[in-house]
Amino acid sequence: MISVEIWSTLAIVAPVVGALVSLLGGRRSILAGMTLGAAGSLASAAGLYLTVRVNGVARHALGGWGRPLGIELYVDGLSVVFVALAAVVGTAVGVYASIYFGEAASSGDYSTPGARGARYFAPLSLFLWAGLNGVFLSGDLFNLYVMLEIVGLSAAALVTLAVTAKATQAGMRYLFVSLSGSMLFLLGIAILYLVHGTLSLEQLAQARPSGLASASALALMTAGLAAKTALFPLHAWLPPAHAAAPAPASAILSALVVKSAFYVVVRLWLFVFGLTLPGADAQGALVLMGTLGAGAIVWGSVMALRQVSLKRLIAYSTVAQLGYLFVMFPLLTQPSADAGSGAWSVDAWSGGMYHALCHGLAKAAMFLAAGNMTYAVADDAIESISGVARRLPMSLLAFGLGGLSLAGVPPSGGFLAKWLLLGAALEAGRWIWAVVIAVGGLLTLAYVLMVAREAFDAPEDPGDFRAVPRRMEWAALALAVVAVLLGLRGVEIIELLQIGGVGPWR
Amino acid sequence: MEVMRAAVSAATGWTALPLLVVLSSFVPGLCIMLLREEQHALRTTLNLVGAVLKVLLVGLMLWGVALGVRHEWSFEVLPGFELTLVGDSLALLFVTLSAGLWLVTTIYAVGYLEGSPNRTRFFSFFSLCVTATTGLAMAGDLFTFVLFYEALTWTTYPLIVHRGTKEAVQAGRTYLVYTLTAGAFLMVGALSLNALAGSVDFQAGGMVAPEAVAAAPGAYTLVFLLLLAGVGVKVAFFPLHGWLPVAMVAPAPVSALLHAVAVVKAGAFGLLRLLHSIFGIEVATGLGLAQFVAGLAAVTIIYGSLRALQQDDLKRRLAFSTVSQLSYIALGAALLAPTAHIGGVVHLVHQGIMKITLFFCAGLLSETLHVKKVSEMGGVARRMPLTMLAFSVGALGMIGLPPLAGFASKWYLGIGALDSGAGWAIPVLLVSSALNAAYFLPILRTAWFDDRNAIWQDVGRGRWLEADWKLVVPALVTAALALAAGVFAGAPWSPLGWTRLIVERGVL
Repeated sequence: MISVEIWSTLAIVAPVVGALVSLLGGRRSILAGMTLGAAGSLASAAGLYLTVRVNGVARHALGGWGRPLGIELYVDGLSVVFVALAAVVGTAVGVYASIYFGEAASSGDYSTPGARGARYFAPLSLFLWAGLNGVFLSGDLFNLYVMLEIVGLSAAALVTLAVTAKATQAGMRYLFVSLSGSMLFLLGIAILYLVHGTLSLEQLAQARPSGLASASALALMTAGLAAKTALFPLHAWLPPAHAAAPAPASAILSALVVKSAFYVVVRLWLFVFGLTLPGADAQGALVLMGTLGAGAIVWGSVMALRQVSLKRLIAYSTVAQLGYLFVMFPLLTQPSADAGSGAWSVDAWSGGMYHALCHGLAKAAMFLAAGNMTYAVADDAIESISGVARRLPMSLLAFGLGGLSLAGVPPSGGFLAKWLLLGAALEAGRWIWAVVIAVGGLLTLAYVLMVAREAFDAPEDPGDFRAVPRRMEWAALALAVVAVLLGLRGVEIIELLQIGGVGPWR
Repeated sequence: MEVMRAAVSAATGWTALPLLVVLSSFVPGLCIMLLREEQHALRTTLNLVGAVLKVLLVGLMLWGVALGVRHEWSFEVLPGFELTLVGDSLALLFVTLSAGLWLVTTIYAVGYLEGSPNRTRFFSFFSLCVTATTGLAMAGDLFTFVLFYEALTWTTYPLIVHRGTKEAVQAGRTYLVYTLTAGAFLMVGALSLNALAGSVDFQAGGMVAPEAVAAAPGAYTLVFLLLLAGVGVKVAFFPLHGWLPVAMVAPAPVSALLHAVAVVKAGAFGLLRLLHSIFGIEVATGLGLAQFVAGLAAVTIIYGSLRALQQDDLKRRLAFSTVSQLSYIALGAALLAPTAHIGGVVHLVHQGIMKITLFFCAGLLSETLHVKKVSEMGGVARRMPLTMLAFSVGALGMIGLPPLAGFASKWYLGIGALDSGAGWAIPVLLVSSALNAAYFLPILRTAWFDDRNAIWQDVGRGRWLEADWKLVVPALVTAALALAAGVFAGAPWSPLGWTRLIVERGVL
């Protein structure tokens, strides 16, 4: 059996090598690099799953640089789930992109607008992929910071691949927000290091951070990460950026990049601080996060309903769905028990993480499907896609299945996530959160159906309709189908999420 | 002989049977989705193979239940929540109804939609609808029920908007607004029940502990009302009935199977589960909730009949009649006496058979003569005697004329009302029967005795019969069933006999 060290190293190294290969230029090296990155990520996700299920949590000091200052990898169930999500989404998007940008690449003409994407999408997305896996596998704060920077920089560059003035502007704004968030995060790291003398997540958790300094460090880091993950009301940068980027880039941004910052929030709050806030009222802070999440659900959904551009609608949907992830926080603690006493809600934890997983798959599917529709009609307005039901049934199906999973319609992964979250809220008698979750589901349906209705409409003037390559349709549908299939059985993933130092099982 | 018996008991007791019954329409549904539009023969074959297979499998299960087997299949979806399919006598009553009528309606639909576009989509979702119906009929707990109940909403929607007209799209939208909101209530209700009672399993006689209810009557009342809002939309309780008449824009086979059997009966069945398998009728009566449901049902019975009286459009008249008739089931289920329960449950089957006949005939008239309104029906019986014969059987049955099926239902409902000391229900039943007569008899008079209406466009003469045999024969078959269910009501294998078995065995 190959050891967990190899698998976790492979998850980071394979995409980096792939990126370097793809930088050699030429269509063949791009394909080779993408294949290398995808194969390595998929293999390491599978390998990590098997080893973690059998042996539990694993630690690995890369290059022998151990704690308190070092490059330590840490693998638990949560890491595996996110690495696997990145592997599946990344692979499908890679297949999609190889055709989406393929035309320009095969013509060898790098002066057209599509050409920049053809040239740079592969290396950028592979560097980003390496960064994501790095975030999910990092065992100490400084590595987290570095990996988040890699993710943020390559993500901002991906936005500008669209070469429009709008995209450049949105990309710059994103870069600015992302860097500011990183500065706050870094400041928090510095404070924690000064107080506790270590950057290792596990050592910090054992030290049980206390005192006002640690609390303010946590607050700074959370604020920075909230900006990076576009938590309402710090979300304004997201819709323009995700809407302006090329479709495969949008899929990666919405499905994975915002999740990486959220992932770090989870690591900090649950793993390091154990849902306590030294010297302050933790429950109040958790309720604040939940309230912002609820605001995101309502605001994001209402704004999605008011969009005329398809991709902006999906982008606002991301703002709304990220809200669910933050609604999880106040539901994690049991009302009877003191915060941090260890009596946490398993359902809230499983539901929140399951939602993150299914949203990743469904949202990527929706962006890719929207990419197909806009590719076919060469326009991004919702009203211009009328008639795609007949011309692109597979893409519409992908969009619809993804949307239904988001809304929590059974049988789908999103339904199980919503069932668990709603159950956690009602179990604890927290009616307000239950209402927010249920209403959010209905609002989601409203905007998904708004698109579906337009698609089913038969236009008077069919207009020009570009044929969409089959593989681009398949890539979108495959992701949507996986999101739906996750609704058949959640037992294994929920058990996997319980392996490790996060959650009520520490 | 011994080997035979062993083989029979092995086959009838096979644990996977409930799953196979569900899959027998699910797999054809998925396969059809992958077909091209012009592959008519393959599509029809897949459909019929699935429908016949389902009937056979249900037959096997019925045999098993008669021998005392209890089929159960379950699969863990989430920790603590299982997808559970149970094939007991109550579930099988509904499954048999849907499986049998699906087979008949499939033949009807093949004839009805001949030559029209998007048939692949239609038949695919038609099969998926039946899948959802059989699934929720056999749901062993509320989790499974919610799953299939929502799936039913989604698989029905494409059928309602099938024609793609403005009106159809609007009707589909209304349908979704009602049913999706209801679905949210149902889900919140189910999880609240889980939080309160610690489980969502169905249990004959009620799963909630009476002591627990006594300790927190307010909370349990709230849960009941949430769940009632969830199922009440599909039972079309006044004032939640608004989606049903507008949904009549769907093609006739859809109105027939879905709005006489699958969708609305899913609501009625859910109400049965709520009153009997979750709360138990005593507990629900103790909280005053059963009386509330009975009152709501009484109002809906009268309201639906009054509205039916005003409709000139035949399908809309039938739709309001459905609104009214569904509440018979609810009324019977909500009263305290076993005789009332028999009346309510058996009406689930009887109303289904009779109403599907009426819808088949309405479809026949509009396809063959383009007659859609009651006022245009003058003399149609002379042109289409078989159709109007079937229609008359259905209509007279609805009124409750002996020896038709409807009489048996109403008889048990009346006795049940007296047995449970709810004498007020008798006038409701009488008035409603009078109203039934008032909106059905003029149709019969017009059709049989009036002069031929000039508005007809005779477009659909069949080769052997008055119209395409694929449309006429199903209507005749269901009319014959409605007659047989009434005439042989005393036999143990009739719907009534089976229902008495259900109530006597205490399965409800």
